[in-house]
Amino acid sequence: MTAALAEKTPATPPPAAEVTPPAGNRRRGRERSYDDVPRWQIYVPLGVYLLFTLIPFYWMFLFAVRPAGSTSLAPWPMTGEHFEKVWTERSFAVFFQNSMIVGIATLIATTLVALAGGYALARFDFKIKGAFMLALLCSQFIPGALMLVPLFEIFKNLQMINSLGSVVIAETVFQLPLSIILISGFIKNVPVTLEEAAWVDGCSRFRAFCAVVLPLLRPGLIAVGSFAFVHSWNHFLFALMFLSEQDKQTIPVGLNTLIGADSVDLGALAAGGVIAAVPVVIIFAFIQKWLITGFSAGAVKG
Amino acid sequence: MAQAAAVAKPPKVPRRRSANPRKLPYLLIAPAGLLMVGFIAYPVLSVFYYSLQNYNVTKPWRNGFAGFDNYTKIFTDDDQFWSTLGFSAQWVVTQVSLQLVLGLALALIVNQSFVGRGISRAMVFSPWAVSGVLTSTIWILLYNSSTGFSRYLADAGIGDYGTSVLSDTGTVFWAATVSELWRGVPFFAILILADLQSVSKELYEAASVDGAGRIRQFVHITLPHLRDAIILSTLLRAVWEFNNVDLLYTLTGGGPAGVTTTLPLYVANTGIEGHDFGYASALTTVAFVILLFCSIVYLRLSKFGGDHK
Repeated sequence: MTAALAEKTPATPPPAAEVTPPAGNRRRGRERSYDDVPRWQIYVPLGVYLLFTLIPFYWMFLFAVRPAGSTSLAPWPMTGEHFEKVWTERSFAVFFQNSMIVGIATLIATTLVALAGGYALARFDFKIKGAFMLALLCSQFIPGALMLVPLFEIFKNLQMINSLGSVVIAETVFQLPLSIILISGFIKNVPVTLEEAAWVDGCSRFRAFCAVVLPLLRPGLIAVGSFAFVHSWNHFLFALMFLSEQDKQTIPVGLNTLIGADSVDLGALAAGGVIAAVPVVIIFAFIQKWLITGFSAGAVKG
Repeated sequence: MAQAAAVAKPPKVPRRRSANPRKLPYLLIAPAGLLMVGFIAYPVLSVFYYSLQNYNVTKPWRNGFAGFDNYTKIFTDDDQFWSTLGFSAQWVVTQVSLQLVLGLALALIVNQSFVGRGISRAMVFSPWAVSGVLTSTIWILLYNSSTGFSRYLADAGIGDYGTSVLSDTGTVFWAATVSELWRGVPFFAILILADLQSVSKELYEAASVDGAGRIRQFVHITLPHLRDAIILSTLLRAVWEFNNVDLLYTLTGGGPAGVTTTLPLYVANTGIEGHDFGYASALTTVAFVILLFCSIVYLRLSKFGGDHK
């Protein structure tokens, strides 16, 4: 069985490799004028755009680390006073933990449910398939913000107000349509013959899926999972509405409280912003390569 | 070991695998389906139901069936509906067109091969991971009139900034636009870059052998190839920019003087702060219908998925 699998594996789409073509043949040949853009035409606009992207991040970092009252544009002397303040006094330690719980739970729930649904869409023809696809697409037009009232009533009836579970469910539900479409696109890219080979070798459908399809889905799962995490980490209104107790709140709500304070403490606000930004920006920096591969494999063609 | 079982009882394998070939797909979509029925379809129906009611928590004695009164009021007696709808349109069109142009340019740049491409990509795309509230946080720090960027400009003798650009009705639109562009452009850039990866290199080679310059290659190869991705991503982004309230809610609060209130923000204010759930639900329904109508017209006009090369 393993031998049959090993033989088939090279037939699958190459994962991240496609993003960066081998360096060797880039400069080869005069005729490849499309690739031979004058360097300044790349570096000058890119540099301008990098400034536009990075100055705001730097500004927040600067306000977070420089002492209150300082107007220096350099980040030194550095102080941790603002971080200490938001982390303990403004209970960002609690918010951080809650956001992590919501983010990870949403990631797991979205990935599992979308994997099942995406597999059904990619590998089966069934009666309500068209209707299901249509429902997925239509749900993209429904504004989550405008459904707050009925959702609030549902969670009230389920006695889930002030429980992180309500936010996890709401985030998962609104992540699902896109995640299912993405994952089914990735699964379609895995040749069905690979699975069939495993069935012939005696694997059940489930085992064949776990052993053959799942490893090849890794870039897709990373893309979908990180989407779900980043979204639920960032999303604001559900947490604002469904979690009224302060020790249940998440980071965006904490930030909003700092913004709305009567006299805005800019140092604390900036420190809170850094705490909110660090996890998602780090995750994003690592996964952006897979995201691009993932999109070109799944979404755009799917 | 699975192999041994297969050899021992060959006929059993296909039967076990296809035990419920009809039921399996339904079983697989059941979790997603149930969640979506319970937490999307049912709430949508109840929004429509509420829209036909007088349903105001602060005035319970008036509650009850209202027929189409809420809808009549929207179209005949609500100036705020029209002004917020107008601002929504202005906001969506500005955002989507600027994000598309800048995102396309950015994608074309980082699709080239150059030293430091990986790190540059990670950096220019990073605002995409940032939330509306965090974007507000960052730009509030930049726009702050006493310690923000403008203060340093003024100190250097460039311009005179008495008040924050966020509290001036003349500048608030562009201030909000720039901050939303900051995190919106990467979205387009990522999607377009993903699609650029799949353009066949041979096409460009053939074109340049035939003497087509870079601009002609862009117009005749790149743009047609990106067509569907551009249509789809502009639509998704337009819907998203229309619906999202995080940024404007926290950056401007819809102000000053209500000039940055979008329709969804107006709905949220009516429902959550005004407790008038019936009227907010009617506004929601109208917003949804407008959005759906515009999307269908857009897809028709752009001939999405149509024959092209």
